[in-house]
Amino acid sequence: MKNIILRTATAYLIPLLLLFSVFLLLRGHYHPGGGFVGGLVASIAFVLHGFAFKMQNTLRLMKFHPSKFIPVGLSVSIISSILPMFFKKPVMTGLWLNKPLPILGNVGTSLFFDIGVYLVVIGVTLNILFTISDSGQQ
Amino acid sequence: MIQHLIILPVLVHLITGTVNLFFWGKPQPQRVMSLLGTFTAMLIAFALFNQVRSEGVMVMHAANWKAPFGISFVADTFSSSMVLFTSFAGFAVSLFSAAGISAVRAQYAFYPIFHFLLMGLNGAFLTGDLFNLYVWFEVIIMASFVLITLGGSKAQMEGGVKYVSLNLLASVIFLTAIAIVYGLTGTLNLADLAITLPNIKNQGLINITALLFFIGFGIKSAVFPLYFWLPSSYHTPPSAVAAIFAGLLTKVGVYAMLRMFTLLFHPDDFMTAIILIISLGTMLTGALGAIIKTDLKRMFSYLIICHIGYMVGGLALFTQAALGGAVFYLFHDMMIKTNLFLIAGVIKKIRGTTNMPKLGGLYHSYPKFALLVAIVIFSLAGTPPLSGFWPKIYLFQAGFANTSWASNYYVIGLIFSSLITLYVLAKMWKDVFWKKQPDTQIHVPDHFQPLSFMKKLSLILPIVFLASITLYIGLDAERVLTVANDIAKEMLNPKPYIKAVLGHL
Amino acid sequence: MELLLVIMIAILYASGIFMLLRRSMVRLLMGIILIGNGANLLIFLLGGITPGKPPVIAETKSVFTEAYADPVPQALILTAIVISFGIQSFAIVLLRQVYRLLESDDLDDLNTPLEEDI
Repeated sequence: MKNIILRTATAYLIPLLLLFSVFLLLRGHYHPGGGFVGGLVASIAFVLHGFAFKMQNTLRLMKFHPSKFIPVGLSVSIISSILPMFFKKPVMTGLWLNKPLPILGNVGTSLFFDIGVYLVVIGVTLNILFTISDSGQQ
Repeated sequence: MIQHLIILPVLVHLITGTVNLFFWGKPQPQRVMSLLGTFTAMLIAFALFNQVRSEGVMVMHAANWKAPFGISFVADTFSSSMVLFTSFAGFAVSLFSAAGISAVRAQYAFYPIFHFLLMGLNGAFLTGDLFNLYVWFEVIIMASFVLITLGGSKAQMEGGVKYVSLNLLASVIFLTAIAIVYGLTGTLNLADLAITLPNIKNQGLINITALLFFIGFGIKSAVFPLYFWLPSSYHTPPSAVAAIFAGLLTKVGVYAMLRMFTLLFHPDDFMTAIILIISLGTMLTGALGAIIKTDLKRMFSYLIICHIGYMVGGLALFTQAALGGAVFYLFHDMMIKTNLFLIAGVIKKIRGTTNMPKLGGLYHSYPKFALLVAIVIFSLAGTPPLSGFWPKIYLFQAGFANTSWASNYYVIGLIFSSLITLYVLAKMWKDVFWKKQPDTQIHVPDHFQPLSFMKKLSLILPIVFLASITLYIGLDAERVLTVANDIAKEMLNPKPYIKAVLGHL
Repeated sequence: MELLLVIMIAILYASGIFMLLRRSMVRLLMGIILIGNGANLLIFLLGGITPGKPPVIAETKSVFTEAYADPVPQALILTAIVISFGIQSFAIVLLRQVYRLLESDDLDDLNTPLEEDI
């Protein structure tokens, strides 16, 4: 799509969308938001880039293939969910730091679980969309 | 560590699958990791089984949310023994895939998805929450979709469409039933439901919901009018995949059915008659379908359907003997059906086809392999003292003890389909092993002989492993019977289960 | 509100089943998607519709003081939507692949005879 308005708008929108996705991810524990929604918003940013500048260029921009996000995200989630096992608590129990950190607020295992979900959602969504758009071009 | 034992069967496969994802495109490390993972899973399953047998029902509340509010994982004798047999089948198939899955498939998603499938199965066995059961079913379906279409041949795609559409429909029906149950009771915890459901005034609605569950699980476990997706999809994927599907996927449907209809719903006379008729239809269509098929894998697919009927009928009779027999048959069937498809894979490797008219002379060329197959076939046909004999005795006994008209037909169907199973297996033995290799066919090179010793070992060892478990089930039947009877007692009296989960009755 | 939802669920289920009975594979998938949405709405309806606040206790209080919406149906629907999102996208890729191999969208064309080699 060679549309100058879309391209210019995309250039401004992508950083905004990515920032917004991180915002959604971090506020997700007590407010609407969370890893899943954040991941979807982040993948929308990349899909928008794909619409404006073709999918190949998006892949180049991302440095890693989106499927690489899946195992990393899964491992982060798994580690954060089995961590309570070593403190004699059931799996997925939330463990929290005693003092809230600046900016981030309370930090606990659920945050890391959400970060894992965020990465997996980006990986899976982009993988699916790239596969469908690939098969569309052939 | 003991308190975490219950969740480890799920976690070990999740971790193995994830680690395998890091080795994307490198089959060799994936194979080693998968073998290690399935072996560890077997040890864990043994430990869990022993723990449950000695200490009683184990419960874990995920994320420390107490019972009716959070998701509980519950291991009673039934679920822990299902996990145990799943781990046997998983180990055997993992070993078989080291040589039985082509490098192209193994390079990509096969191993990770295989482990996610096993994770889903273990989760479905261990969960104590209705919606969580739905989620595990979806994990299983998702993984099996990928496995059944991995490779992308035309036949696989066709089989895949049938498999996908019917299973999606089953999930939607399952979800609808869950919605109604939640609307009626406001809880989804199985133990809590067991208390609240009998107190609902509108029992008619509950019976309809029970039927919706029965349809949903019925599609998944391929019972009578809804079985047709199974024989038209199970022969398409490679034998290792077909083996895990045959041994475990339909059985998780049967497990869910047994769990639902003993803990939550209690079949009344009308429902008993319906389930018995359905089980009769399943046995007959499965048996008659198996007669006309000339392809080994298709024939085995119909035999799966036929024997699902035995277990469903055992559920409908609802006595201790019948439930014990059904559970015993379930264990036996998981081992045998996995093994049959592995055997079909080896035969395919040897002769290049699984079409029976084109096969022959295997007894002449591979006598030891033929002996091994004979053990499996005799067990399946139910020759005493092998494993298929004992559960059938129990089912017969229960069928005769019940005097309703439907149970008479069930017993007739049981005898008839057992005879047909025997006939089909004898025909297969004659065609594949005793008959001379037909000359008309252009000579097919033997792909098994030139393999290295290690590869041969990894193809044969799983069959030996599963066959020896079958032998053990048959020869030390008393121990397995004790377990099966204990499970039947737990089913008829779910109070310990409820007490363990909720902490009160 | 309840009546409106009931009618909507009925329409979704009915049209979904109508689509399921067609021979076209795409229509089959559409039918399943429609029934799935109907099931989600059914959970929403049967969970009880209460015009309440989100079930989060305010920081200054220790118990709920107002009527709150039941969070479970929302969690169930969200999970069901995520799952069906994954499975439907897989099914779409599968149907595309089948279409490329068979050049047909008709379920009746799915029966390639393959007793010969498997």
